[in-house]
Amino acid sequence: MAANSKMPEIVIAKRPKMPAGELVVKIVTYVILGLWGLIVVFPMLWSVMTSFKTDQEIFFSPWALPKVMMFENFARAWVKARMGPYLINTLLIIIPALFFTLLTSAMAAYVLARFQFRGRTFITYLFLLGMIFPIFLALVPLYFVMQKLTLLDTFPGLIMVYVAFSLSFTIFFLTNFFRTLPKELGEAATIDGASQYDIFFKVYLPLAQPGLLTMGIFNFLGQWNQYILPNTLMITNNDDVTHYVLSQGLYYLQSQQFYQNDWSGLFAAVTIVMVPTLVVYLAFHDRIEKGMTAGAVKG
Amino acid sequence: MNRGKNGLIVSFLAAPLALYSVFVLFPYFSSFIFGFTKWSGLTADISFNGVNNFIKLFNDPKFWNALSHNGIALVVLPPIVIMIALFFAFLFTQGIKYSQVFRISFFFPQVLSVVIVAVLWGFIYHPTIGLLNSVLTTLGVEAARSFPWLGDRGTVFGAVLAVVVWQSVGFYMVLFVAGMQAIPIDYYEAARVDGANSWDVFWVLTVALLWETIRTEIVFLMIGAMDLFAIVLVMTNGTGGPSRAADVVPVYLYSKAFSEGQFGYATAMGLVLLVIVLGLSVISLRLTARESLEY
Repeated sequence: MAANSKMPEIVIAKRPKMPAGELVVKIVTYVILGLWGLIVVFPMLWSVMTSFKTDQEIFFSPWALPKVMMFENFARAWVKARMGPYLINTLLIIIPALFFTLLTSAMAAYVLARFQFRGRTFITYLFLLGMIFPIFLALVPLYFVMQKLTLLDTFPGLIMVYVAFSLSFTIFFLTNFFRTLPKELGEAATIDGASQYDIFFKVYLPLAQPGLLTMGIFNFLGQWNQYILPNTLMITNNDDVTHYVLSQGLYYLQSQQFYQNDWSGLFAAVTIVMVPTLVVYLAFHDRIEKGMTAGAVKG
Repeated sequence: MNRGKNGLIVSFLAAPLALYSVFVLFPYFSSFIFGFTKWSGLTADISFNGVNNFIKLFNDPKFWNALSHNGIALVVLPPIVIMIALFFAFLFTQGIKYSQVFRISFFFPQVLSVVIVAVLWGFIYHPTIGLLNSVLTTLGVEAARSFPWLGDRGTVFGAVLAVVVWQSVGFYMVLFVAGMQAIPIDYYEAARVDGANSWDVFWVLTVALLWETIRTEIVFLMIGAMDLFAIVLVMTNGTGGPSRAADVVPVYLYSKAFSEGQFGYATAMGLVLLVIVLGLSVISLRLTARESLEY
């Protein structure tokens, strides 16, 4: 049992024999963990499985595996439910949004971490402010700001809003990251005649790659999953043109279920939206945990 | 030494500051003005009406209804989520095999889009073909046959809160795991040598040394409880549930603004909620303050 476990913090493992009481505790522990694991993982696996079934199978044997793999569910979700166009819209927005989030945040964080100047503390706190205010307070004024600037319902508009709302946390994270990089590198480069811009782009930005990667993944998930902002700011969704992103499209599709009843198509759409997050999460779970819990963990 | 420093500072801060000011700071700060106006968004002129929005809010039963649900979440969410999260995190220090697998799966709901969560659980809660009722009727609970969890006034908010717990436990568990890793192993060994059992170790050692993490989590969960915007919006299709039985302030605010065009009134509501959230955070930090244990 635990005797061959390699985790260092186990004190129980040092005991030669496990008393019956401890064995019961162990079993109960695994049952509880297993149950929660099931509650967490099962809905997702089940919905992926369901996306390959027919509507009849979903209604009459919800627990059984699909008899035939219904790939046409995905074709229907992609074309008829328009997950394809929604995906293209999402990518057209989050690729530039991610790029500019990382670039502008890295620039601000670098300056705030490395130089002493008047107003530095003030600007640092100004950026932190965005992490305190709840988003529902900003929505109404933001809607009118966008309208005034004729950016409402436009791609560049939503890109800029995504960048602006990602800045606070990304700058906070990257400032701490830049602080850990040695000052001497920049000083040496200055002596060699490099300009301040060279020092940033050629010395520090490459060194900041791990931090940029963490924030890139963190913001990818945040912007990919974002629903409130596009729901307020992206409006057009008619037969010819749609500005909707994936999360909006999925929500729209779900609300249409009351009239259309295409559950297999809906679950195919869920799978299309969910699988990229699942892949990114499994590949980078360490960084994601670190990014999401930064600021709450001591040190 | 730092030749060209000022030019770099100005040029590097210009773009982020400009974006942040226009799309984040300006909306937030202008809401402090909007909240004192009567404005439908259609007419060009905005008229100030002083504290009238706030008086109207005070007499609005739908506002109190929504606020009461945030209040219920405030009382229910922090203890439940923290207890489950702390329990799991503690189990992971007790020599569990595959603890990494458990941890990775427990955290996963946190990275899912709120819309996916709503669709998944909408199906789980579905009256006739939902998984929950299917399980319950198999277990012999006849009352659960075609019971509409999200369509019944008595259960809709509980059903939404269960989803919030389901989604957030992993996040708070990971915070605890990080906090526990900072506790020196010697402490546990010393406690064992002194004859403490797992239960003693948990209460006397782990909880005491994790107190700072617990405080932080309480504040996070309280802020979350006063929000609940996205999850309620999508799980109730923006209606706040049958007879608004799962309404929360941000959802009510949103419908006032974007369905009824009462932008000034809606913003006033947001301001009141902000003051409540900030007040609660300060109070809870005060109440939970202890002499911190250095280790």
